[in-house]
Amino acid sequence: MHFEYNVDGGDFTRAGYASSQIKKLLKRLNVDVGIIKRTVVAAYEAEVNIVAHAYSGTIYVDVNNGKIRMTFKDEGPGIEDIEQAMQEGYSTASDKVREMGFGAGMGLSNIKKNADEMEITSEVDKGTILVIEMRLNGANQPFNQ
Amino acid sequence: MKVKDIVRTLDAVLLCGSGQEDYVIDVAFASDLMSDVLTLKHDHVLLITGLANMQTIRTAEMSDIKCVIFARNKKASKEMIELAQENEIILIECRYSVFKTCGLLFQAGVKPIY
Repeated sequence: MHFEYNVDGGDFTRAGYASSQIKKLLKRLNVDVGIIKRTVVAAYEAEVNIVAHAYSGTIYVDVNNGKIRMTFKDEGPGIEDIEQAMQEGYSTASDKVREMGFGAGMGLSNIKKNADEMEITSEVDKGTILVIEMRLNGANQPFNQ
Repeated sequence: MKVKDIVRTLDAVLLCGSGQEDYVIDVAFASDLMSDVLTLKHDHVLLITGLANMQTIRTAEMSDIKCVIFARNKKASKEMIELAQENEIILIECRYSVFKTCGLLFQAGVKPIY
């Protein structure tokens, strides 16, 4: 099962729309509520990051083989020092982002806490690719194929 | 504490969520920083905030927050109310400060998360 969502940089009125669609999808698929929450919190933080920092981006969601794989690919300034960006409290967010209730440097670390697997690669002046994987293990495994 | 009792205690306005007045809330969290709200592991939390924008509602949606109080007379927009209704999130507007709102609810028995 494959889905794609476009995200516009700077459009805070729409930020969260894609994550909302992901949540509805996972609910329809009867995924465990705890896994849904961790998945959509991670997705929302990542979507807000695209809106806050990039020019545009695409979210690719694949649900199969007992896992949810979400890839957040953006075109933007990229991240110079990923290790530093992962530090809680470090942020390069604008005032506009902070006015929206974000930009405290907690997004990436919160994604890491919620994700089963997380991988981030970035190229300065090109963009960032963030991959988040969630395992659908336990009693609720509707996607094993 | 039931939603209708929260509204009465705060002399507040129930913006949306009619039909859910008997919904019971046990724990609350107050923050204007949505990143903090997104770290909460609890479900069905009452959020008290002075941040009134679309991301407040989106954060509530992602965090399974059932009820949001906008303190210090902050107003929800039509779009925010529509999004809240779509996600069955109860919205309350209150003219008191965040501090007073928290104080009154704490006194009335609503518990903090930590």
